[in-house]
Amino acid sequence: MDLRKPILSAAVLAAGQMGFAQSSAYGVGRTPTAQEIKAWDISIGPSGKELPQGHGTAKEGARLFLLKGCAACHGTTGIGGKAPALVKGGPPAVPGEPPPAGMEGMHMVPDTGIMALRSPYAVTLWDYINRGMPLNREGSLKPDEVYALTAFLLYKNEVIKSEDEVLDAQTLPKVNMPNRKGFADIPEWKHGAPRLQGYP
Amino acid sequence: MDSKRPNRRGFLKGGAALAGLAAGAAPSAKAQVPATELRAKGASKEQVAYGDRSRHETSIRTPVAERTSPDAFGLVFHVNAPLQDLVGSITPSSLHYVATHRGAFVPDIDPKEHRLMIHGMVDRPLIFTMDDLKRLPFVTRQHFIECAGNRAKPTHKTVQDTHGLTSSCEWTGVLLSELLKEAGVQKGASWIVAEGAEEIKGASSIPLGKAMDDCLVAYGQNGEAVRPQQGYPLRLVVPGFEGIFQTKYLRRIKVVEQYYMTYNDYGHISEDPRTAALGNQIGPKSVITFPSGGQKLPGPGFYEISGLAWSGGGAIRRVEVSTDGGNTWKDAELRTPSHPMAHTRFGFHWKWDGKECELQSRCTDELGTVQPTRAQVAKYWNEPVDKVSVRGTDNTVFPWRIASDGSVRNGLA
Repeated sequence: MDLRKPILSAAVLAAGQMGFAQSSAYGVGRTPTAQEIKAWDISIGPSGKELPQGHGTAKEGARLFLLKGCAACHGTTGIGGKAPALVKGGPPAVPGEPPPAGMEGMHMVPDTGIMALRSPYAVTLWDYINRGMPLNREGSLKPDEVYALTAFLLYKNEVIKSEDEVLDAQTLPKVNMPNRKGFADIPEWKHGAPRLQGYP
Repeated sequence: MDSKRPNRRGFLKGGAALAGLAAGAAPSAKAQVPATELRAKGASKEQVAYGDRSRHETSIRTPVAERTSPDAFGLVFHVNAPLQDLVGSITPSSLHYVATHRGAFVPDIDPKEHRLMIHGMVDRPLIFTMDDLKRLPFVTRQHFIECAGNRAKPTHKTVQDTHGLTSSCEWTGVLLSELLKEAGVQKGASWIVAEGAEEIKGASSIPLGKAMDDCLVAYGQNGEAVRPQQGYPLRLVVPGFEGIFQTKYLRRIKVVEQYYMTYNDYGHISEDPRTAALGNQIGPKSVITFPSGGQKLPGPGFYEISGLAWSGGGAIRRVEVSTDGGNTWKDAELRTPSHPMAHTRFGFHWKWDGKECELQSRCTDELGTVQPTRAQVAKYWNEPVDKVSVRGTDNTVFPWRIASDGSVRNGLA
């Protein structure tokens, strides 16, 4: 386990002496236990440092895609269901609905809305499947299953080449995503600063 | 006082007690009127416990024209506020717009069980109950919330269709900066991730600078608890930012060292740094709500033009109205106090001569930024004005056309 994990450093600091910032002014609220933080913290950042142990392959994911009910909404091939398309090559994910200007990326245009192609980081797929799927049974998938389903979507979109490639906490953050460099940094937000110099 | 025959004072006290509003200041036993007794005298629940509007008032929210709300999955749920019917600057809680991708499933959260955790790059991770949060210093502020999809289209008929995905309320809660100071933000932190407690646990990355500036962990909306569709029992208000950041059912804030690229975030990203820069904070925006699309002026004469102005950049300083399609402009009056990042009501005296004309409004915020026309935006992006894609939330000047018969229609059509 990575000792630089913020969970641990925060717990150590809470118990210890070396706080950087000012001390508590109100003393209201309580300190969560390390177990509570671990149970609540489902955020997986781009580095993947919060990814849990476990592993999965696209071959396993293909089976789970049917078994866990994904196919019922997203289509047996990941295309053509009522829910947004997950695999490239299909029609627009929301048939007949043109994308609102400026929202072109959100599931509405063929392929560009496919999460495995649009997300700059593979861990974002893991995070979303883990927190948001399947519909009405959110949070029920085990880490191995989430790795396998992530691998399946990456394989079907030809982001990874082999259905036997094992994805885990070490390999998933290193997956070379097609849109890895497809986004500009958001400028630092400052109170009272214009959004964009020179924009009307 | 005869407890069997409540006077007006006793009646009001009994009502407050029934609504649970008299906690901590219990009326005397003598003044309490049993609910059963009131019912026996023909009083309905709403007369006593929770008032409703007149049955003659029928203004309602409506689904966004292009979408079925909710759809088969309950995934898409976009309903517009009836801006044409509202007065003043506050949106009634029941008429506040709703936009969500998990809309049909408003979670039923017991506030006694609800917790907010702050953790990550902090010295002292903390968990707060709702009672804990209500012990802390509070602020009450008016702020608008607007969906990034609030885009007028030529097909839209009414101002509810063109601009109904914005609302403005009085929010009460604890400044997020207070909570983050309690936790002690560590050096190297630059973003927070705010997460809701609903089924999909929607999460957004927010710049730490914004979080420390004016974000509000709100439990109150328009004088009572935040409504379930707005995030009961706790929502984050990120003043002036697009709706998706205003995390409902707020349960967790994680302080982190980089943009976390959540599901909510990655839909926002753009290759063009200019588009990326316009994607968070909403620019100055205004719209005339009377006269507006679908209404009909009965004939020439005096009318008070009325509308709303707001900006993600701060308070509204000026609103101008044009009655000749943008050729000349005159100052409108601000009719409500101009709060930062809140709807401000404007009014403008107008005598209609009965001829065809076009009404527009434009506002200027405290940064001095003037609401742009579509032509200005088109010129900036070097795109044809009829096809320009307004990056970020569309805040361009909007026209209403008045025909000689007094009917009002969308000037983009």
